[in-house]
Amino acid sequence: MQAETYNYKVVRQFSIMTVVWGIVGMLVGVIAAAQLAFPDLTHGISWLSYGRLRPLHTNAVIFAFGGSALIGTSYYVVQRTCQTRLFGGGLAAFTFWGWMLIIVLAAVTLPLGITSSKEYAELEWPIDLLIAVVWVSYAIVFFGTIAKRKVKHIYVANWFYGAFIITIALLHIVNNIEIPVTLTKSYSFYPGAVDAMVQWWYGHNAVGFFLTAGFLGMMYYFVPKQAGRPVYSYRLSVVHFWALISTYMWAGPHHLHYTALPDWTQSMGMVFSLILLAPSWGGMINGIMTLSGAWHKLRDDPILKFLIVSLSFYGMSTFEGPMMSIKTVNALSHYTDWTVGHVHSGALGWVAMVSIGSLYYLIPRMFGRESMFSTKLVELHFWIATIGVVLYIAAMWIAGVMQGLMWRAVNADGTLTYSFIESVERTYPFYYVRLLGGILFLSGMLLMAFNVWKTVSDAKAVDDTVPAAA
Amino acid sequence: MSTFWSGWIIVLSGLNILACFWLISWTMKRRAGESAQGDVTGHTWDGDLQEYNNPLPRWWLYLFYGTLAFAIVYLILYPGMGNWKGILGWSSHGSQYEGEMARAKAKYDPIYQQYAKVPVAALAAKPEYEEAREMGKRLFLTYCMQCHQSDASGARGFPNLTDNDWLYGGKPEDIVKSIADGRTSIGMPAHAQLGDEKIQKLGQYVLSLSGRATDQGAAEEGKQLFMTVGCAGCHGADAKGNQALGAPNLANNIWLYGGSPKTVEKSIREGRKGIMPAHKKLLGEEKIHLLAAYVKSLSQTQ
Repeated sequence: MQAETYNYKVVRQFSIMTVVWGIVGMLVGVIAAAQLAFPDLTHGISWLSYGRLRPLHTNAVIFAFGGSALIGTSYYVVQRTCQTRLFGGGLAAFTFWGWMLIIVLAAVTLPLGITSSKEYAELEWPIDLLIAVVWVSYAIVFFGTIAKRKVKHIYVANWFYGAFIITIALLHIVNNIEIPVTLTKSYSFYPGAVDAMVQWWYGHNAVGFFLTAGFLGMMYYFVPKQAGRPVYSYRLSVVHFWALISTYMWAGPHHLHYTALPDWTQSMGMVFSLILLAPSWGGMINGIMTLSGAWHKLRDDPILKFLIVSLSFYGMSTFEGPMMSIKTVNALSHYTDWTVGHVHSGALGWVAMVSIGSLYYLIPRMFGRESMFSTKLVELHFWIATIGVVLYIAAMWIAGVMQGLMWRAVNADGTLTYSFIESVERTYPFYYVRLLGGILFLSGMLLMAFNVWKTVSDAKAVDDTVPAAA
Repeated sequence: MSTFWSGWIIVLSGLNILACFWLISWTMKRRAGESAQGDVTGHTWDGDLQEYNNPLPRWWLYLFYGTLAFAIVYLILYPGMGNWKGILGWSSHGSQYEGEMARAKAKYDPIYQQYAKVPVAALAAKPEYEEAREMGKRLFLTYCMQCHQSDASGARGFPNLTDNDWLYGGKPEDIVKSIADGRTSIGMPAHAQLGDEKIQKLGQYVLSLSGRATDQGAAEEGKQLFMTVGCAGCHGADAKGNQALGAPNLANNIWLYGGSPKTVEKSIREGRKGIMPAHKKLLGEEKIHLLAAYVKSLSQTQ
């Protein structure tokens, strides 16, 4: 009898597509950044207009790049830590092709201007239905694998992946309850302020569970693996997991401070966002302290550099987030580019860098190689990416604080010191710097694509044998 | 909010905060048979994945307690727990917004009141009121430039305020009324029923009034049409407009919607309707007084 192997095929497919969608999504981001710096860049071409490219960029980087990274790594991690082949046979392949179809549909409909207009949930109802089907299939594969595991305890990475999968299903379905009018147009089921509340309950938990919990799952596997050290504290992982997933649920209204939302919801959003600081940092401590006693490894291991620096950006963003949720701070930061900087310190610094590090670990193993084609290129990628992120977020911080201060400045007679357009004018230099940061980050991804190509092109796909139960 | 939903919120959010405390103490408890502090827990996954049985970092724990304590205090002081209003009596629309508005009023109103008794015409013209005009300009740049542009030269459909051509009159009291109460034009009606040929002739006539007709014959016929199909009723027999109706002067080569033959014909065919919103409630009389003076001053030098 042939020994059972791990299902690596679906992991390979998602891993390679993560790199591809990363490049696509970040390229669209660079174009959007260029449009802000040079507003007439694509003048007159409706499907290249900023309003259509922006949702394409966010959907591509979050759901195509981030989603592929999460689903791919979770399939790898859940098999190996449960010591059993992925559950569901062809269902895993269905999730891959379904997810790719969703991405292609998004890439077609968004530039055509087909949108439900809810941020991060722009896709129209037929695609929403498809997402629900694929996501439930994903849950069946993941939890089916957990159910047939050969080890007694469930590894911490799987708690986070599991919470991410369950919550995203809930968020997606509740927020997208809509009434179809035609095949390409629907209207939200919820009225006015309720719609806004539901939308940002969704929106913030998408950050919390997709971009935080999911990637913490990734971190909990690849950091200790790459460092070759045990996770710093089991107790800390228990506290920060349960505190994180319970308190995140309340934080959404901080996106709607000083709006038509009732005061009580805004207060709840703010205090629970502050409570979130420690649970969020729990993940950072557990990741970074895992390296304690092995700090020297950082010196010459660029994969570990990616992982540890991603945790530093994670720590920064999860400190910045609660601070920005304080009403007084929010009154300055809201609607400015500070928010954009904050998002990218999370999206580029944390999400992208932890994914890139994990992929550099994963891809050679999927193709029977010891390591990537060139470790020097990984090192170069690390530095280009880091400089890109720092330029990007520093530019947006300065721009955002400047805008906030200009908008609120008043003369001795109470009139506004600056008109809005003056703040736009002053932002241009920062838009150039941001564009440069984005180009650098994208260049790093191109290096990665080259490195991946050289690693896998003449390699043979390898499926490891599942070890016998201990 | 009903008592049920208020209670629902209080119970859920309260339990969530309490659960955090419970979670910390439950996790910190040492259990029989567990490995020593600083040692691995004994579980292994995927060959070499292990976890240390390290305690919660102290500083982290205090940070967590600190934010939980802040939350409890904040929710006692401010609205958050369902219908509980908070002991400070704060609300965003009440104490904060109205408070800030009242403070601004107390601070800024006297600045505007000092010019309230000076007639608009004097403020607009006399050198000693330069500062009043500057204030008017700053108000303009806050409230008016969105439509009329920062130099008040207007935009398509939004009148130029510097050319001394007035739809509703250029006397100080007219300007004050335009800003305070707004203007809703009775509208240029659509005349598509005339047919393209007549519309083209009318267009030629209108353009001939500023010497821009290209087809004199058509313009002559257009003049007859102008008198008979109803144009003269609002724009006057001499086509110089009627400020009581907001009907524009058609003979001064100033075009609110554009003066190309095509655009003039479009205005006749499809009609036009402009609206200036009322600002009395938003700005109050004293600021409108200064705005009117600034607007008046723009066309005074010409």
